[in-house]
Amino acid sequence: MSKDTDTRPRAVSERGRARVDTEAGDLKLVNVTKRFGDFAAVKDLTLTIPQGSFFALLGASGCGKTTTLRMVSGLEEPTAGRVLLGDHDVTRLRPYKRPVNTVFQNYALFPHLTIAENIAFGLKRRGVKDIKKPVQDMLDLIELSHIGARKPNQLSGGQQQRVALGRALINRPQVLLLDEPLGALDLKLRRQMQIELKRIQTEVGLTFVHVTHDQEEAMTMADTIAVMNMGRIEQLGSPTDLYENPKTTFVANFLGQSNLLPGKVAGPVGEHLQVVLEDGTRVLIPAARNRAGGEEVIVGVRPEKVSIHSSAEDVPDGHNVLAGGVVTDTSFVGVSTQYVVKGPYCDEFGVFVQNDGALIHRPGSEVVVSWDPSQGFGLDGKQDIDAGAEADLEAGS
Amino acid sequence: MSAPALADEAAEAMAAGTTVAELRADKRVRRRRATLPYVLLAPGIIWLVVFFIVPMWSIVSTSVETGDMDTGFVLSWRWANFGDVWSQWHQQIIRSLEYSLMCTVFCLVLALPLAYFIAFKAGRWKNLLMALVVAPFFTSYLIRTLAWKTILADDGWVVHAMNTLHITPLLSGMGWTYSDNSVLQTPFSVVCGMVYNFLPFTVLPIYTAMEKIDPRLHEAGQDLYASAWATFRKVTFPLALPGIVGGTLLTFIPAVGDYTNAVMLGGPKTKVIGTVIEQQMIGTGGNIPYGAALSVLLMVGTLVITLAYIKKAGTEEIV
Repeated sequence: MSKDTDTRPRAVSERGRARVDTEAGDLKLVNVTKRFGDFAAVKDLTLTIPQGSFFALLGASGCGKTTTLRMVSGLEEPTAGRVLLGDHDVTRLRPYKRPVNTVFQNYALFPHLTIAENIAFGLKRRGVKDIKKPVQDMLDLIELSHIGARKPNQLSGGQQQRVALGRALINRPQVLLLDEPLGALDLKLRRQMQIELKRIQTEVGLTFVHVTHDQEEAMTMADTIAVMNMGRIEQLGSPTDLYENPKTTFVANFLGQSNLLPGKVAGPVGEHLQVVLEDGTRVLIPAARNRAGGEEVIVGVRPEKVSIHSSAEDVPDGHNVLAGGVVTDTSFVGVSTQYVVKGPYCDEFGVFVQNDGALIHRPGSEVVVSWDPSQGFGLDGKQDIDAGAEADLEAGS
Repeated sequence: MSAPALADEAAEAMAAGTTVAELRADKRVRRRRATLPYVLLAPGIIWLVVFFIVPMWSIVSTSVETGDMDTGFVLSWRWANFGDVWSQWHQQIIRSLEYSLMCTVFCLVLALPLAYFIAFKAGRWKNLLMALVVAPFFTSYLIRTLAWKTILADDGWVVHAMNTLHITPLLSGMGWTYSDNSVLQTPFSVVCGMVYNFLPFTVLPIYTAMEKIDPRLHEAGQDLYASAWATFRKVTFPLALPGIVGGTLLTFIPAVGDYTNAVMLGGPKTKVIGTVIEQQMIGTGGNIPYGAALSVLLMVGTLVITLAYIKKAGTEEIV
């Protein structure tokens, strides 16, 4: 593990803060299950989070992500399975004995203590003697030195969020847990804090585990994302990997938008597979990006990979072509135009076209949509094609 | 209204862009608004004057009167009354303060875990438990106190159990009871009755204060290396402090003047100042100015203790 420690930014040790220095290492969950009565919130979850990474647990409310986080912090005890920090089994360890700190969803700042006292709380409890400098350093890091003497209720939401972060971070935990830390902030502030969180994580080099229902937030900040659904991990990977190569319809729908068209595999064509859609149209998908084992397949393509044309003659060579569509909705959002196309292949086929000055198709116009076959992907056709689509709406509201 | 004044008014109205009539109406409204607070305060002020200022004056002036029951008492401004009552009954005054202090401490020791449990651990039983805490109020104070006479009777199971557990000799060794197999008519039985009677007054404010504490703060405390006990000391206790101060005051202040428990559960050696005052004012003592002087003394004493306590609890961080 010492090699890993060496690669961490020097800033950590230079600040000279007291760390809970049990043998540093990865956070591992092994076959963890948590049941509340009859309800299984987390089902047989196995997960390894490498040291120093920014890891996001992404999912809709009730998917078990917060329960997973609470089992790492010790506020919840697993019904079965083990939680390991490096080689150290912490499954039954009381929360106050774990080298793990949490940034709570609504911050849970101590209202009777000043900002500086809130930040000093963990150090004081651990009996650290000289706390003045580390507290001042932390106040500097979160840029709140000028208001260290104030009480939490005199602060704005964004400032409180930073105090919550500082209060946890000052303890140099092996793992920092963030439970929807930006949920209570407005959009603009959230963007700003996303960048700041990422900056701080890079600077201090700790393992961050971030729970969120906001896919954009997860993609912006995390190195690795685990998409959770119904107590299980649906797919794990880098943001680009998850977005470009979703494994299930849930991930395809939950992470961004996808056009999903059911069909049947007709046979291989070079590096591609030919698929016959329900309306008889033949399209190609890259064989390497097909997750379906059997004949039934769902062809997926992201709306921004699709181009839209007035007639089939404008379609570039080699593209998959879906003809006979009519624009039902056009929304111009400046950088792009978002279309909803209704055709024999799909009732709501989304297309995002970048604003390159091209003609905007009005609702009612007949259009042809097309995409480069290499941009499509194939999913197992036996799944619920709408999985994750509603969950996203629910969580976003 | 004089002619120049009328002209002024017209000019003012013109400047404001309104008519004279509107301006007058506006002024009436403003005048009414200015008097409104006093009108609203009136009932409270009248209540205070009739039930606080007047009785207060009456008791203070009575405390410096002289005379006797047969010829009546006259206001002679004899301040020496205070010296007289202190030298005669300071023992009872100190005893009253001792008993109420003990009562307050025991109430607090019982109320803190009870309120904590109801506020954080009782879940859906919360309301039922709170109802149980106040349930004794549905019975008369006197009857409840009398019941303790049976509970603590020499041949009752409580005393038997205390004998078996060797608590009675311990108590008598500490001077809280006077014999090894009886607890009635002792400071112990009096304080027992007081604790029982005043406990709800301690529990209610503490519960109210604790109930408002976000349970997530406990999780935050535990997350930040504080054990359950450390979290209680550093988070729950300071946040519940206003309730604790309120609850202890609501117990201590009435307990100082309480004499029902001393009369019913105590004996000749547990006479408290309330009994003395009662005897002087309406009983066999017959010296009303002395009774009044004792009342004033007790009131001032309690006030000083209370203020000192609030100052200490309010400004210093209690560790």
